[in-house]
Amino acid sequence: MRFFLPLSVALLLWLPGGGLVAQDTTHRGVTIGLTYDPASRPGIAILPITGSAGDSIRAIIQRDFDYSDRFTIVPLDASDPSTFRGKTPGADLNYPLFARLGAAAIVQATVGDGSIHVALHDVAKGSVINVVDFPLAGRANTRDWRMSVHGVSDEVERWITGLKGIAQTRIAFVAGQRIHLIDSDGTDDEVTSVTGSAMSPSWNASGTQLAYTTFGTTSRVMVLDLRTGHSRVLHNATPSHANLTPVFSPDGSSIVYSHADDEGSDLFLVTTDDASPARRISVGRGTDNVQPSFSPDGRRLAFTSGRVGHPEVYIMDADGTNAELLTSFDFGDKNYRSDPDWSPDGRLVAFQSQFADGRFQVMTISLRDRSTKLLTSEGSNEQPSWAPDGRHLVFTSTRGGSRELWVLDTESGRLRQLSRAAGAQLPAWSSRLGSSASTNAASRQ
Amino acid sequence: MTRQHHAAGRSISIGLLATVIVLGACHKKPETAPEPVATPAATPAVDSAAIRDSIARAQAARDAALARQRAYDDSVRRANEAAASAGEQTGLRNTVTAVIHFDFDRSELRDDARSTLDAKIPVLMANPDLTIRVAGHTDERGSVEYNIALGQRRAAAAKRYLTERGVTANRVETVSFGEGRPVNEGHDEDAWGQNRRDEFEITAGGSRLNRPRT
Repeated sequence: MRFFLPLSVALLLWLPGGGLVAQDTTHRGVTIGLTYDPASRPGIAILPITGSAGDSIRAIIQRDFDYSDRFTIVPLDASDPSTFRGKTPGADLNYPLFARLGAAAIVQATVGDGSIHVALHDVAKGSVINVVDFPLAGRANTRDWRMSVHGVSDEVERWITGLKGIAQTRIAFVAGQRIHLIDSDGTDDEVTSVTGSAMSPSWNASGTQLAYTTFGTTSRVMVLDLRTGHSRVLHNATPSHANLTPVFSPDGSSIVYSHADDEGSDLFLVTTDDASPARRISVGRGTDNVQPSFSPDGRRLAFTSGRVGHPEVYIMDADGTNAELLTSFDFGDKNYRSDPDWSPDGRLVAFQSQFADGRFQVMTISLRDRSTKLLTSEGSNEQPSWAPDGRHLVFTSTRGGSRELWVLDTESGRLRQLSRAAGAQLPAWSSRLGSSASTNAASRQ
Repeated sequence: MTRQHHAAGRSISIGLLATVIVLGACHKKPETAPEPVATPAATPAVDSAAIRDSIARAQAARDAALARQRAYDDSVRRANEAAASAGEQTGLRNTVTAVIHFDFDRSELRDDARSTLDAKIPVLMANPDLTIRVAGHTDERGSVEYNIALGQRRAAAAKRYLTERGVTANRVETVSFGEGRPVNEGHDEDAWGQNRRDEFEITAGGSRLNRPRT
């Protein structure tokens, strides 16, 4: 597959003041020699970065590209950077050398005052194909600063593959009944200000808020604003019995959650402004109906229901009509399937299924033809949540001993451990976060 | 020991005697109850069938009431025995707070759970100010979130059983802790079986409990 790579108008970027942001300054239409194919991982070399905290930035970007599972990192011997320079006049870099090393692209960056200047070279073409100045937030090695560096990685990835990366994201999860936030690369696990028995965090589309529940004798649906660190109660989400698994609708206007009382549990919808009473949308007739997950267009919901006597995954229209069984009972060895998460591209639903040894494994099912794929086998693997690229999944696994969060690339099967917080559970992957979505809501552990 | 044997022997012989009397009575009965003769079509047979049905229904209702009374009396006896053996107040309190257990992924009450609940009813009836909280729990397997709903259903099952037998609904509060509060941290069937439970906590009116009366 050949890509039309977006070409930034490089000249513009050399205007005094620099400071141009990558978004909306590019247009498509220039074909370059880089070939991107989801099954191959083109080589990418990141030159040593000069300027303040350049080594940290290089390490972060290199790791981001590695974790994207779309590139092969070409290691460079940085002891003599002069060898990277072009020998013939006009040639910026020694492209034949990089070609021999297996690099298809080279990232060249310089740290300026509060910004980073990034140039991307196409090795086959022997020239620069894009140049952008990115702002860097805050002081070096703070969370905001790191998130802005992740933003650079994601944008450069888009220049090469046409698809934005997922480095500038975070994963919310629960450990010890507290809600944690961890960066997509596993850095900086921090505990939010939320106290009490918190469960089931889920993100709004812009990544500025988390909905969650408290459970026990007072069970509430809550919304945490990550910009202020304050939580508010959704009073119309019936404050009695158990309230579970809230999720934002993709347009952010409402929250669908499960309310369990003495007559079983059903899915309810409440508007995010909490202005009117919650409306019941599932018809469970005394069974359990929990764990709603919206389709990306907001028109349908996947959820777990015990309506046939054991938990299975169902889908229905967002108004509660046309409910149908999604996971048929004739696969897997045990009648227990739950924890659905609808993929961002709308094609798949990830879920957990119990097997004969009693353990759960993560599977996906296609909405189009109901074909399934078993993604895990080692230990017990549960609670999948999609990354915004619709390719990576975070889930809990006991494969390392204690229960931790792991990230799987569903294309290549590559796996990495994300959390180091014994007992981590209920992960929720954010959307792509702009630098502005970074927070001061959390207190350092 | 010997006295107990003796007492048991006597109650058996009384039982046998009673059976003989009943059997004897049965032997004589058929003559007093002639077979209904086929009546002409003018008098609809439906009527006598309907009468028979209603008699049978009344009989069944009376039997059921007797059975309920017997079960209640049994419960009272058991509750009183428990009270006597462990100190009356502690015994009564233990009866109210006795834990019940469930099968995997089920919220239906097992027979052992029903008899544990049966024992609570007389104490609850004798103490109208007594209020309780039923907390549903699950084992560690399955979906963490679904397990909260399952725990709620387990608590509700016990509440329903009690309220259907006369306990006022507003005296029984329910809550679910899902798999979050195991009593046994193990990872085997034994631990799971102990963790799949309803716990009963006295929330008010438990300082001085009345002993139930028959």
